[in-house]
Amino acid sequence: MVNLNVNIDKLKLKNPIMTASGTFGYGPEFDDFIHVDDLGGIVVKGTTGKHREGNPYPRMAETPMGMLNAVGLQNVGVDHFISDIYPQIKDYNTNVLVNVSGSTIDEYLEVAEKINALEKIPGIELNISCPNVKEGGMAFGTSCPSAQAVVEEVRKVYKKTLIVKLSPNVTDVTEIARVVTEAGADALSLINTLLGMAIDAEKQSPILSTVTGGLSGPAVKPVALRMVWQVANAVDVPLIGMGGIRNATDVIEFMLAGATAVEIGTANFVDPQVTVKCIDGIKAYMQRHGVDDVNELIGALRK
Amino acid sequence: MKQIIDFTVVSNKTLNHEHFVLELKPDKPLPEISAGQFVEVRVDGSENTMLRRPISVHDVDYDKNILSLFIKKVGEGTRHLSELTEGDNLNLILPLGNGFTIPDSSNVLLVGGGCGVAPMLYLARKIAEKGLRPFILLGGKTKTDISGIAAYQAFGKVAITTEDGSEGEKGFVSDHPWMKQETPDFKLLYACGPEPMMKAVNDFGKKHEIDTEVSLEHTMACGFGACLTCVVDTTKGHQLTCKDGPVFNTKELKW
Repeated sequence: MVNLNVNIDKLKLKNPIMTASGTFGYGPEFDDFIHVDDLGGIVVKGTTGKHREGNPYPRMAETPMGMLNAVGLQNVGVDHFISDIYPQIKDYNTNVLVNVSGSTIDEYLEVAEKINALEKIPGIELNISCPNVKEGGMAFGTSCPSAQAVVEEVRKVYKKTLIVKLSPNVTDVTEIARVVTEAGADALSLINTLLGMAIDAEKQSPILSTVTGGLSGPAVKPVALRMVWQVANAVDVPLIGMGGIRNATDVIEFMLAGATAVEIGTANFVDPQVTVKCIDGIKAYMQRHGVDDVNELIGALRK
Repeated sequence: MKQIIDFTVVSNKTLNHEHFVLELKPDKPLPEISAGQFVEVRVDGSENTMLRRPISVHDVDYDKNILSLFIKKVGEGTRHLSELTEGDNLNLILPLGNGFTIPDSSNVLLVGGGCGVAPMLYLARKIAEKGLRPFILLGGKTKTDISGIAAYQAFGKVAITTEDGSEGEKGFVSDHPWMKQETPDFKLLYACGPEPMMKAVNDFGKKHEIDTEVSLEHTMACGFGACLTCVVDTTKGHQLTCKDGPVFNTKELKW
């Protein structure tokens, strides 16, 4: 029997496989395909203070080995989440984390404080890296002073595990990683989507209603791996790696680069069972390599 | 319940330069599928076709356990599908979306234009299963756009329009006498096709206070409510084509 348990701060994960916010709904969307309880954790849709309609259609463009999205944080808002969604998902036997977003520090604080009161939500992922909203989001995560400010303030009101999700749209990801860790983040997750653009040459117009959007999928994996490796060498908190993961080999690569766990995103759209296939694949890899404890793989990259 | 099922291609029939019908046999019995629902087809073999393609269910034969998809060649994914041959494998997620309302009366009109004929055959079959014979109006640019009429005739009264008059009445579907009636007796209208066509059907419905159901098509990444990219502007705000649709009563749309 191999050990797949890993810890992210106080969170105990039965395996390193989590799902990325915005790609897994609230969980029940996948009940027909998998047992959500089999996963190490799920991160539900980015939640803001007020209900958000998101951006106009079209919001998606397929690109080589990836996709751009410009959903723009469409969500029901924190109060509706608490009254209508939380009761449906609180009894999942896995770590159900909420991705917390906002346009202002006050909005982040409002959402974080309200989620803090939910018994069955053991942690939040602070989204300071959404590239698809006009205000807030990535604006907080791409400058050190604003990243520090939002994390420090949220840390004061949020008492459980605080994960901060980093943007790749920065000159040096390690600078932001250091700042938010010093500001009180218990763990970091990376990377959010890369800002990109798609053009319809026939129509000579942008494909997305917002012109630019966030790139995800296998196309971004090398960038994500590089950033996880850089951040692992810069800070001492656990990392959750993500970006283009679609099989167990990808998961292992992120762990070798320094991730304690991973989030799977875009691949859920193509194969809604990809997460559980990755768990099986990790076990097979460990047996093949004589690894008894998955923790031995974290940051084990040979140089 | 939504399922992920492996299918084998039984046949691939070319209808004209842009349309083809795939007949697919699953490796287990087909799940219950409503008229108007769709499938998400996985297209392998290219770095440009990572995502699945949403395709309407054209027909279901439960006796033979065969699913038919009517597909238009649009880009690389559907072109790849058009090249499949007997024995090839295809992975589908199904059934997805809501579905059309099945009426209690034969006085309903089904209007399909171009690729929008796709869901109309199965809808006609489902209505005929109740012992009813609906009116079916199929429109195209030219006669090669219209095919397999006998299959529709088995389920209802069929009329054709083509823009060049090479088959049936000359003009758009909205030019057909059925849609020119002063006092139509239709209880419900169904439309699928180009947006101007669906809007013309909706205008006819509005004028005579007849409910209209349309099947919408939008780009999407998942097909089951997770990616939130296939949004439609409705009276209830943004709704999802994949989950709240693809069939909408036009009263819900901002048309």
